[in-house]
Amino acid sequence: MPVLSASGLARTFPTRRGPVEAVRGIDLTVERGEILGFLGPNGAGKTTTLRMLTTLLAPTGGTATVAGCDLARDPAGVRRASGYVAQSGGVDPNVSVREELVTQARLYRLGKAEARDRAEELAADLGLTDLLERKTATLSGGQRRRLDVAMGLTHRPEVLFLDEPTTGLDPGSRADLWDLVRRIRAEHGTTVFLTTHYLDEADALADRLVIIDKGVVAADGTPEALKRAHGGSPDASLQDTFLAITGRGITPRDTTPLAV
Amino acid sequence: MSSLLSDTALVFGRYARQTLRSKLQMLFGVLMPLLYLLFFGPLLTGLPLPSAGSSWQVLVPGLLLQLGLFGAAFCGFGIIVEKQFGVVERMRVTAVSRSALLLGRVLRDAALFVFQAVLLVLAALVMGLRAPLPGILIGFAFVAVLTVALASLSYALALRVNSPQEFGPVINSVTMPSMLLSGLMLPMTLAPAWLNVLSHAMPFRYLVDAVRAAFVGDYASSAVLYGAVVALALAAVSLALGTRAFRRAAA
Ligand SMILES: Nc1ncnc2c1ncn2[C@@H]1O[C@H](COP(=O)(O)OP(=O)(O)OP(=O)(O)O)[C@@H](O)[C@H]1O
Ligand SMILES: [Mg+2]
Repeated sequence: MPVLSASGLARTFPTRRGPVEAVRGIDLTVERGEILGFLGPNGAGKTTTLRMLTTLLAPTGGTATVAGCDLARDPAGVRRASGYVAQSGGVDPNVSVREELVTQARLYRLGKAEARDRAEELAADLGLTDLLERKTATLSGGQRRRLDVAMGLTHRPEVLFLDEPTTGLDPGSRADLWDLVRRIRAEHGTTVFLTTHYLDEADALADRLVIIDKGVVAADGTPEALKRAHGGSPDASLQDTFLAITGRGITPRDTTPLAV
Repeated sequence: MSSLLSDTALVFGRYARQTLRSKLQMLFGVLMPLLYLLFFGPLLTGLPLPSAGSSWQVLVPGLLLQLGLFGAAFCGFGIIVEKQFGVVERMRVTAVSRSALLLGRVLRDAALFVFQAVLLVLAALVMGLRAPLPGILIGFAFVAVLTVALASLSYALALRVNSPQEFGPVINSVTMPSMLLSGLMLPMTLAPAWLNVLSHAMPFRYLVDAVRAAFVGDYASSAVLYGAVVALALAAVSLALGTRAFRRAAA
């Protein structure tokens, strides 16, 4: 039984200039404990898909279940089971790091003492211990990103959605975050659903990739399988493979329409 | 049920701490009614008003509700800012009860405006107000219920718009007619018949009449009853709309 499955998931935004079909029918499944890399060019619909899967946005079509809970029928169950780190974060600049972490834990209904301990533990995991008393407005971009990630981990979710978690992190912090994600998976069997534009990150971290383009799934498979199928060889770079799949830049050999 | 209470307490605590950190926010709302009290109130003391009691017993109830009306209607501004920081989505994605996200906020607002109402009444006592204590307490209760109702509507609207620039004009175009048509400054019984009739279509009028009756000790009057019914009905509808907005906030 996959821990997450979506079928025909779609979202159209009505705008003044007519409807925008942000997501046009996504089918995918994720197995328990899998780290899924969800890739796609800017505007492909990654964030919109994540916002639907975390109940923030009602789909205009299709269905999905997360951790056995149906998105439409049991949104509260979906929320209890999942953690979400939004692309643009979500902390109040006038609140201290400690207060944000403790409140977040309490919002997930941890007891008072438990919430305090969890805040300390998360701060240690994400290198924020010395910053606990600081207002979040005073954090550097990378420090704030680590706080965003900590907030999503608070209640040890079964399924963790990370929307570009490492954007703005220095190479050391990025490597630390990769280790953390692997450790969480190893220790708790957490399923991780992550978007990124760093293909080395996808290559290093993800067991499987789903590449979407213009709101639909364009390719799905392990990095090796995708390289073999779309990049031309198992040794192709993920960069070339990605460009071949999304049709930007180079064109894959087998579908080259014109002779040069 | 107990999780709704503890969730509400948690959200209330978060926003109450923010208010306590900002002395300016705590006092700002009381400024406008206070100016009316100081510079408008004395104009009324010699006028023959068609109501029982002194002119202060007519004006101060209006100013209390003015405080609630303007204060609560603009509550949504805060949430627009929070939305831009991503705080609203971050909280909506947690397990916390949707109703608590609204209730915690509006209860903070109610507490804030009742606190300001107390300050206003203290100033009014210095200016010459004399009114029975139960009447004043009833006035505070109306401020609280009005705040809960209007702040809920304000949050519901604010969750639907993208910028303060869209929000401000809507609120202004609602609050000004509400103030004028409800007879906040002077009782509508002074008005010509057409205006008096029109003002009966304005729900706040019943609240103003109720608090004025309470301030002259007329607790068992139909004015207090109608005011209470309208206020509670308004609050119930607004809370339902507000909760729905938190459940499915888009923009
Ligand atoms: N609220 C909205 N109203 C109208 N259009 C929207 C809205 N949200 C997203 N879109 C549009 O939907 C499309 C998909 O957006 P989305 O944010 O899901 O892309 P993304 O894959 O996350 O891109 P990026 O890599 O840049 O983060 C875009 O064309 C975007 O402009
Ligand atoms: Mg995105």
